[in-house]
Amino acid sequence: MSAALETRALCKSFGALTVAERIDFRLEPGARHALIGPNGAGKTTFVNMLTGVLAPSSGRIVLGDEDITALGQAKRVKLGLGRTFQINALFRRLTVLDNVALAVAERQGVAPKMLRAASAHADVREEGMALLATLGLADDASQRILDLPYGKQRLVEIAIALGLKPRVLLLDEPAAGVPSLESHRILQVLDKLPEEIAILIIEHDMDLVFRFARRITVLVQGEVLVEGTPEEIGRNKRVHQVYLGEQRHG
Amino acid sequence: MSAHAGGYSADPRIRPVEWLPWIVALAAFFVLPEYLSLGARILIYVLYALSLDLIVGYAGIITLGHSAYFGLGAYVAGILAAKTGISDPLLQLAAAAAAGALLGLVTGAIILRTRALTLLMLTLAITSVLLEIANKASWLTGGADGLSGVVVAPVLGLFKFDIFGKTAYLYCLVVLLVGWWLVRKMIYSPFGTSLRGMRENSLRMHAIGAPVYWRLVLVYTVSATIAGVAGGLITQTNQFVGLNVLSFESAGELLVMLILGGVGRIYGAFVGPVVYLVAQDMLAKQFPEYWYLGIGTMLVLVVMFARGGILGIVDSLRARLRRKA
Repeated sequence: MSAALETRALCKSFGALTVAERIDFRLEPGARHALIGPNGAGKTTFVNMLTGVLAPSSGRIVLGDEDITALGQAKRVKLGLGRTFQINALFRRLTVLDNVALAVAERQGVAPKMLRAASAHADVREEGMALLATLGLADDASQRILDLPYGKQRLVEIAIALGLKPRVLLLDEPAAGVPSLESHRILQVLDKLPEEIAILIIEHDMDLVFRFARRITVLVQGEVLVEGTPEEIGRNKRVHQVYLGEQRHG
Repeated sequence: MSAHAGGYSADPRIRPVEWLPWIVALAAFFVLPEYLSLGARILIYVLYALSLDLIVGYAGIITLGHSAYFGLGAYVAGILAAKTGISDPLLQLAAAAAAGALLGLVTGAIILRTRALTLLMLTLAITSVLLEIANKASWLTGGADGLSGVVVAPVLGLFKFDIFGKTAYLYCLVVLLVGWWLVRKMIYSPFGTSLRGMRENSLRMHAIGAPVYWRLVLVYTVSATIAGVAGGLITQTNQFVGLNVLSFESAGELLVMLILGGVGRIYGAFVGPVVYLVAQDMLAKQFPEYWYLGIGTMLVLVVMFARGGILGIVDSLRARLRRKA
């Protein structure tokens, strides 16, 4: 069975600085996979290569059966690759509903239309509202992002990505900046995500990672140090040395 | 008339207050017949400012070279009228629109790959190059002396342009009405919401799979088309084209008008030119040497105290009243 997303010997260098070194990575269909590593390990660079923001120096990226290495961001999204951002990348002066509707309209091919009013596309609006309802944001639909608490903004980040109905979803630190008391809300949302979506989460919150992920890859200095189940990673001494300190998980 | 119109939950029906500019414009036709020439000029600048608002206010494309499309439209209409004998005003306008569109498409496709200061400089370069071409090609454009002998036939073969400017005023009003309707429709459409998305966060628009570059080129072309029509109108009403239509000052002046009225609000493009051109007319009569001082002071006050322009002041007053009520 082919992987939902796979990289083969993926490398990225900026001059003499190598930030990704022959990364072989496989995300299974329906996976709940976490990518962890200390600051500067190259996690965000890896996600940026997967999504087409950065071109790899060498190696291949395969989505399903398709080699997407040379494709632009928009084409990768159309093929089912969605992402969220570590730092909120929202449409701040638009309403919560419009933020999500933009993604839904883009997926449905409605976005370039000029003749009918946006509000006449009831299917886009209804799908957007249904999505917001599943994330507990229905009451905030008419609020502008500017006026929304930070924790809810993080949920809108996820809602936008879900509006694309991705096959593969890359979550770049979904709980970043969210107080630990509120991060359980993010976890609740992640737990309810459709099983058919393969999810790769990059996160520093180890509680969230170990509760969510069924498989973990540890990246250190641009290389895969080890991959395994949360229990295996929790027991791995090298991981403890380079990343986890003496915390115990799993 | 507040900002941020459009979106997936916005009611696209025209609200009663949106008829106000048209009622005022029609009332001015009957009440101020001696000012119809100035009135026609204002209507043209409203259309021109509307085209600028589409790219600056909605799509977030900064420019100091919008006069390139306005000027090209003006020259195309003028050359058709003065050199080829095509005197039908609607044909002239169609040609001005087509020229604006073509230039918008070609230049947009080149410059919209850049951003920020580079983009600003490129827009400036385009209008400067066009100005120099118009200056050098005096056999066609009249060069520094301007292009005279512009003949404009009656509109639809029925309404002759008169010396009081009545036909010109109503003609410009109808063209503006069509332009406004198109721009408004676009702003309320999914495309309009997508433009605002690109203005707010083009990085995220890429990440949701939007072809950001091509959409920017498209809206830039539409905007250039409208600016070309406005240029055609200025030629038809003045029956003369001077190099100033292509000048950087013209583009800068337009941006000032839009900022005065309020950027990204549709109706800021109505208020700005009215205030600017009326103030210019009055100040130039009272203080012929210092009228720019008055305009400058007004702009400084707006930029310092009303970042949303005059309509921004109206919005905040309304919000204050609502809070008190």
